[in-house]
Amino acid sequence: MSPAKRAAEVSGLYVRFVGDAEVLEHIVERREGAKVPKGSVQKLLALKEDQGPQECEGSVGEQDYLDALGTGATAGEEDGGGGGGGSSGPGGSAVFTFQTAKRSHKMAQMASEMARAPGRTVTFCSPGSPEAAGSPSRGSRGAAGETRTPPKVRPTGGRGRDVRSPAGESWASRLNSFLPQGRKVRFVSSTPHRLRKRLAAPNLRSESDSDLSPSHSEDEEDDDEEEREEKEELREAELTTPSKVAAAALYRTPAKKPKKGLEPSLVEEYFTAHASSKVTTSDRTLQKLQTPKLDQETLARLLDGKPSSYADEINQLNKEHEKFFSKWMLQLQLGFNVLLYGLGSKKPLLERFRTSRLLGVTHLVVNGFFPSITLKSILNSITVEVLEHQGSFRSPVEQMDFIMKSLRQDPSLQVYLVIHNIDGPMLRSEKTQQALGQLASLTNVHVLASIDHINAPLVWDQAKLSLFNWLWYETTTYLPYAEETSYENSLLVQQSGALALSSLTHVLRSLTPNARGIFRLLAEFQLESRDNPSYSGLSFQEFYQRCREAFLVNSDVTLRTQLTEFRDHKLIRTKKGADSVEYLLIPVDPATLTDFLEKEDAQ
Amino acid sequence: SGLNHYAISLQEDLNKKMLDGLLEFVKKSAASFWCRDDDWMSRMRASEIPTAALVLGVNMPDHTITFESMTELLHDSLTPFVASVQAKECTAMKQLMQKVLQRLMGTNVMVDEDEAEADLGFHTRDCPQKRVNCSLSALCDWYQSATKKSPVKSPRKRLSSSQSEFLQSPPVVVIFRDLEAFSPQVLQDFILVCSQYVHQLPLVFIFGIATSPSTIQRMLPHSVSSLLCIELFQSLSCTQHLATIIDKLFLTSKFHFKFSAKVLQVLVGIFLYHDFSVCNFIKGLQLSLLEHFHSQPLSVLCCHKQEALVHAQQLNDRDVERIQQLPSFMRYVEEQVPEEQVQLLTSSEHVKGVCQKLLKSLHKYHKNFYPALRCLHVLTSILPKYPLGKQIRELYVLCLEKKVWETQEYDSAMQLIRMLAKDELVTCLQKCVEILTFCKSKKLKKYTLYASTIKCINHLHHPYSSFNYSFQTLLEMKECRRTRRKTPYEILRNAVVDYIDNLVKTHLYPPESQPLYEVWYYSSSGTVRRHLNATPRTSIQTALSHPYCYLQNDSGIISSAAPDICIIYKLHLECGRLINLYDWLEAYATVATAAEGKDPSAIEGGKVDELKHARFIRAVSELEFLGFVKSTKQKTDHVARLTWGGC
Repeated sequence: MSPAKRAAEVSGLYVRFVGDAEVLEHIVERREGAKVPKGSVQKLLALKEDQGPQECEGSVGEQDYLDALGTGATAGEEDGGGGGGGSSGPGGSAVFTFQTAKRSHKMAQMASEMARAPGRTVTFCSPGSPEAAGSPSRGSRGAAGETRTPPKVRPTGGRGRDVRSPAGESWASRLNSFLPQGRKVRFVSSTPHRLRKRLAAPNLRSESDSDLSPSHSEDEEDDDEEEREEKEELREAELTTPSKVAAAALYRTPAKKPKKGLEPSLVEEYFTAHASSKVTTSDRTLQKLQTPKLDQETLARLLDGKPSSYADEINQLNKEHEKFFSKWMLQLQLGFNVLLYGLGSKKPLLERFRTSRLLGVTHLVVNGFFPSITLKSILNSITVEVLEHQGSFRSPVEQMDFIMKSLRQDPSLQVYLVIHNIDGPMLRSEKTQQALGQLASLTNVHVLASIDHINAPLVWDQAKLSLFNWLWYETTTYLPYAEETSYENSLLVQQSGALALSSLTHVLRSLTPNARGIFRLLAEFQLESRDNPSYSGLSFQEFYQRCREAFLVNSDVTLRTQLTEFRDHKLIRTKKGADSVEYLLIPVDPATLTDFLEKEDAQ
Repeated sequence: SGLNHYAISLQEDLNKKMLDGLLEFVKKSAASFWCRDDDWMSRMRASEIPTAALVLGVNMPDHTITFESMTELLHDSLTPFVASVQAKECTAMKQLMQKVLQRLMGTNVMVDEDEAEADLGFHTRDCPQKRVNCSLSALCDWYQSATKKSPVKSPRKRLSSSQSEFLQSPPVVVIFRDLEAFSPQVLQDFILVCSQYVHQLPLVFIFGIATSPSTIQRMLPHSVSSLLCIELFQSLSCTQHLATIIDKLFLTSKFHFKFSAKVLQVLVGIFLYHDFSVCNFIKGLQLSLLEHFHSQPLSVLCCHKQEALVHAQQLNDRDVERIQQLPSFMRYVEEQVPEEQVQLLTSSEHVKGVCQKLLKSLHKYHKNFYPALRCLHVLTSILPKYPLGKQIRELYVLCLEKKVWETQEYDSAMQLIRMLAKDELVTCLQKCVEILTFCKSKKLKKYTLYASTIKCINHLHHPYSSFNYSFQTLLEMKECRRTRRKTPYEILRNAVVDYIDNLVKTHLYPPESQPLYEVWYYSSSGTVRRHLNATPRTSIQTALSHPYCYLQNDSGIISSAAPDICIIYKLHLECGRLINLYDWLEAYATVATAAEGKDPSAIEGGKVDELKHARFIRAVSELEFLGFVKSTKQKTDHVARLTWGGC
């Protein structure tokens, strides 16, 4: 007996080979027992579990889990495979499918499709099914593809509806699940495209090229196009007339094996899509919009008080969650901490919990989504507000120790921490989570938190999870993340500039006239060259020259000191150019800058 | 309410039991460790530092308890000088030194603060504050003075903890909780420095190792590791730990709360495939206890027999109604004669009476179930390929799920038992007898009767064993096989197997067959899984792609339009890695317009109504907030997708 073996025996460890199938079985419990009637009812039942009979709850929960996790074994199948219309449950394969292929303009196409059939179920026939193959393409086009006939497709006008892209099969199936029941429309998704392509491919492509800006060489694009075309042709060949088979044969490169359209290798697809850095999207920008960019206030004004189409249902959903309140309270008191996840803002829910249950007790609300929240501020509010300690601490570690010590000493003091978005950008760091975990592990600290980011669970490792001792609750609310997103610097939201302007003037006012002059010089130069797209800033040497000419500085050391001060206040940004020369830039948009200069002039 | 209180107390009870088990285990390891230490003491003068390498398994959080109780134990029984350090607080040599000194001297201050003012206090006070003093020589000085003082304080100590007197020079123990996480350089330096002081300071190290002992070799070069005298200690593996817990908590009629097969499978699955954490398993148990007592009002009946009977008598009308609605009770009613059925459905007093009877039988059923289960396990766990599972929990789950004797595995197991050799069978049967005598049930009489039969087997066998071994040739073997069929051993073995079979068939009915089993069994595996092993991302994506799963009104009619964010999400799924915001907005506007019942072709390029624009902005920023897209500088007015495909 080898020593290793003996050691293993002594310790009583044993190693067993676990086959994939076995693992799968463990992870995905097979459906068994009474099948819950397939349909959309099940989720609601799961939420209503309190009332339902116990047994039913169990099976529903199971099913629910299954559906949510995905029937791993059948993940390969096309998500539209069910084909039973919009009523099929949220099968895992539907949630986690890979894109069939990356295609330009697909979105627009899908949009038009969705727009055309709102509230209608679209039965999708997979191209592999005999029905689809057999059905005459023209006839089916008549049913669904009315707006997609070439004349309407080609013009540069109706962009929202153009369907120039090679059609995929997947969107239709997804659409399937998207649109609930109603009038049934059947169509063969790939047909119109094929038809169109056959009819007008060269013409169309030259047009679409003008609108597409490949961020890579043309050749590649062509290759890509050709490859795609080839695939399409192959698929066609499988489906349609022999004459096309001949045509396809011309295209086919001998090395390429015909892809089975139904089950493309997911891995391969991923790598084909991510292999090159090229991305093809249209060049249109938001500048083309006639409506101007909206600022935060307009946005709030517009959205305020506009009821969503689902107000009733959402209300009902949230009422369901409120039934958990007493349970949460009990579980919190028993040493668990409660974590809420699911789509939709959970802030109102937590607020209601707070106002209904926590009013009499010590509690602290942390807005984790706030962009400038820090661990220090959280700890400070605990020491100052909760523990009423008026000292300062040298380091957060010391402060933590103090908090832990004083809370341990006084077990009668129960502190409830309500943390909105414990996965907030400022709380994600390892140290912060560790500290929060240590707090949560205290017996008299009870944490109720929410997460929203899809990768939020990655914040915790095994050790932290054991500190937090979470109980997870799915609370999908569908409420808008109004407050949470208001701090985000969205691309779309016009920075009103009000803040930037006021900070500019504030800082500038506290500076010497010379410094103000220096800044002004830079601002004016930047405004002069606003039309120059390649403007990257004013080089330091040139700036120094100008400043000297204006008698603002007498040495470059003075200028540098001044610039450091600007930089500290985030008034300017420096960038090293290709020639390793420093370029200076004011990171404010031209409009604000003009405003600022006007204001300065007025004074 | 009282129910909750009951749940809490039961929970505490269970926890205590488990903690005790753990403590026992630690004590054992510590005891063996300190036996060793005596040897080490004699080697103290050698320049090697005695080191205990504790291999504890990969689940680090579970170790915390182990270390805490170990520290406490050491502190109580052997030495006041214990310092436990973790890697994350010691990233550099200086910090490590500081922590070690602080903990060693700090604890001492706590112990005799009042009397050791004079010379001890001056060291302890100064050292942690003045970092200049943070050196091992300072520690040596302190140690000398502390041990010199120890005769003075030992009587006091003895009074307080009634422990055997500390050794004349108690060892200084430094525990490295997570060896793997320490920086090798820091560790090497520390060991090198310590080895210089080993003559003045009886140092002992304890390394907590998660992976394998070879870590030490990997982290420390030979020159350093040769300074250590390493002794290896292997802790109980976590699977064994789990087996003990299941054995002590579930395979006994002492505790009445039970898991259904599904729940047990879920928890064991989480354990085996996710974290190997016994703590998490216990957490799952706590959760299910809580859920059971919170959601099942009839769980008042889940307690000791006498109590349960009293509770059953006090049931109110609603509870009686609940009992009548239990599926298992309904099945029971159906089996009764019509008059009885009427009685059971109408008279609540009668139901209470029957309920008491059923509770008694439930108790009895469990009393018999577990010994039978154990016997079956003893017999089947030695069979090749373990047809009914190697661990008793596998067999248990099988028995919970269905009638075990109807499975194919059971048949093959029985066949294999029929082929067992004499000595194997006898050992097994003896174990069975032990089990059966251990559980003092009423059946015992039956079993003692049976045990005497087994004794018979023993007697009968002796002549035949010699018979079997004496003939070795093939022909004789053949003949022997033929004759053996008729041997008394064969006959007895068949009788034994038949008896076991009978035992299984009478006692190992799945609990579902018992009326009122819902009172004891917690079966909502979905809840447990959702709360312990949640999949937030799946939930979000389901909500986005299938909003109707969540949004339903009472009438069951689903309105056509989906929430904005769902539309936006759907559209973004169709894109590559970059998404043009303008196109996205247009696409959204098209859908939204159509949803309002207007003709989507009415909107002209570039003209998007303000409200839709605002809604679009909100939805996109929500997607950004959720982590599906992020802004990018690669192209103007584009965002980057952060997920691939549908996931």
